[in-house]
Amino acid sequence: MAEPLITPELVALDLVAADRDAATRALIDLMVAAGRVTDADGFHADVRAREAQMATGMPGGIGLPHARSEHVTVPSLAVGRVPGGVDFGAPDGPATLVFLIAAPAGGDADHLKILAALARRLVHESFRSSILQAPGAGEVADIVNREVVPQ
Amino acid sequence: MKFVAVSSCPTGIAHTYMAAEALEQAAKAAGHECTVETQGAAGSTPLDPAVIAAADGVIYAADLEVQGKDRFAGKPSVDVGVKAAVHDPAKVIAQAVSAVEAKGSGASKVAAAAAPVATRHVGVGTRIRKYLMTGVSYMIPFVAGGGILIALGFLLGTAGWGKDGAIVVTKIIGGTADNPSVAAYAAAHGIDLSNGASIALTTFAQHFGWFSAQSWAVALFYVGGAAFGFLVPALSGYIAFAIADRPGIVPGFVGGTIAAAVGAGFLGGIVTGFLAGFLALWIVRWKVPKGVRGVMPVVVIPLLATLITGVLAVIVIGPPMKAVNDGMKAWLTGMSGTSAVLLGIIVGLMMCFDLGGPLNKVAYTFATAGLANAVLSTDRPAVIMGAVMAAGMVPPLAAALATVVRPKLFSESERESGKSAWLLGLSFISEGAIPFAAGDPIRMIPSFMVGGAVTGGLAMAFNTGVLAPHGGFWVTPLVNQPFLFLLAIAAGMVVSGALVIVAKSIRRNPDEEEVEGIESLSALTGSR
Repeated sequence: MAEPLITPELVALDLVAADRDAATRALIDLMVAAGRVTDADGFHADVRAREAQMATGMPGGIGLPHARSEHVTVPSLAVGRVPGGVDFGAPDGPATLVFLIAAPAGGDADHLKILAALARRLVHESFRSSILQAPGAGEVADIVNREVVPQ
Repeated sequence: MKFVAVSSCPTGIAHTYMAAEALEQAAKAAGHECTVETQGAAGSTPLDPAVIAAADGVIYAADLEVQGKDRFAGKPSVDVGVKAAVHDPAKVIAQAVSAVEAKGSGASKVAAAAAPVATRHVGVGTRIRKYLMTGVSYMIPFVAGGGILIALGFLLGTAGWGKDGAIVVTKIIGGTADNPSVAAYAAAHGIDLSNGASIALTTFAQHFGWFSAQSWAVALFYVGGAAFGFLVPALSGYIAFAIADRPGIVPGFVGGTIAAAVGAGFLGGIVTGFLAGFLALWIVRWKVPKGVRGVMPVVVIPLLATLITGVLAVIVIGPPMKAVNDGMKAWLTGMSGTSAVLLGIIVGLMMCFDLGGPLNKVAYTFATAGLANAVLSTDRPAVIMGAVMAAGMVPPLAAALATVVRPKLFSESERESGKSAWLLGLSFISEGAIPFAAGDPIRMIPSFMVGGAVTGGLAMAFNTGVLAPHGGFWVTPLVNQPFLFLLAIAAGMVVSGALVIVAKSIRRNPDEEEVEGIESLSALTGSR
């Protein structure tokens, strides 16, 4: 686990996006810039395919696009705070917090365990609100890397 | 309350774990306890059997097929899907609580309590049996659908042709004018059979008589036969599936199809299933370069595993297994008189010993898988099926009978169980007798076994065959000799019921009994 799940470059504090596709793309571009995703279009297609199976919006203003993809090199999380909201298909309205989870296609168990731990944290209201209220990108990355510990 | 849950989702990285966490938290918040098995991409750690044993109910928050569902058999469950568990876990927990409260009585509770005993020690034998049982449990629906359709075809055939209908119905498709019955059918339905032509399936379809019992009989027989054709492939394919998960399916099915084609029967199918499964599992575990990994599941594994299983099935496994299968068929067919009755007694004893446990399953598997070798309900394998089914119906019926004849010998709850035992017995659910056997195994089980032996032996002596693998009383019309079939069951029921009453009368204080027999009653779940 040399690479942390998230770094400050993977956090977008004031994301403006017309729809979930644009929001997802903005976060994907962060991952590409950080060298964690090799092919933005290819990965985006994988995320869209997953999103088409079942919308990933959750109650509480959460969007959770994710995919396992061969274009991903390191298990990664990108976080976007969207003050204006963007629809992710949740029953109770648009998402103000978007988590993009990228998993390598052939990920070994250690990779996947950290993502499992992340998913478990996401359920907790306290975790989500601490991310919403964090003063800066560095703090968001710190919170995630501190709280997400594989079991 | 205590719950166990299984979560899974299409990608296996997010919702699986969110659902798990959400359920655990929501259960805690509501004062319950929930342990979740996450069947996600990170691999799943099976629930401790002791945890399953202690659980009151099961929650399926799974969008994929639940792996190892048989572990939870008999427990009240709710099936909500992964999304509901993530979005509204409190509601899911509430549903599970009411499901437990709604279903907290009688047979299911006893069975559920005892079920996990078998999985506690996962030795090689247990695992192999588990693989085999998975294969059998997936095979049964094919046998049930196909067998009942075939039997209905015979029934209609008898209506359409009279006495020989059950034989004629098998001859129509592919038949020529050489067979007088086929010629008569062709003439009646406007099919031209001059110049030695035979009735192709398409010809049959073009000249289908919508109001002809004969046409319908042939159609039912044909469709049933098509379903029956999956018997060996499905057995093989799902054994491989149990071992290697999805990668096992293709080589398993192909191996099974070849096993059937070379005449190696269900025994061959079992061998190809294990071969395909372990082969696929082995290939799955190869360390391959990253670039190749993506094509492993879609190209490499199916290609290699199928190639090797298929070639071995044709050349190496096929011939000897065909010899074994033929030998067994010949042995069963040649068996007459005393030895046939003896076999009936043995399968009867096995069916009634552990009521759904390992021995019962061995006898049942022997019978159902043997149906692959049966065409008519008078064939010997179908007769064995008849004996097994009849004997398996005895314990609940005998227990129910005893509660009616001597209600005072039984506790209030046993008398209640007795009422449902009638229905369970008639439906060939041996597990219906578990509430009685679990409470007083020393008296009940030998009584059941004697009754089962009587019924099994009589059924073999009467030659009562049935192609349906399940159904009990409700498939009686499909038995070749329905009255003798019922007579065999009734005889065993009366003998067994009388023994139960006698045994119970010797000392009538069931409350002081130890439940020491419960260990041998392992795997009481009915995963047929």
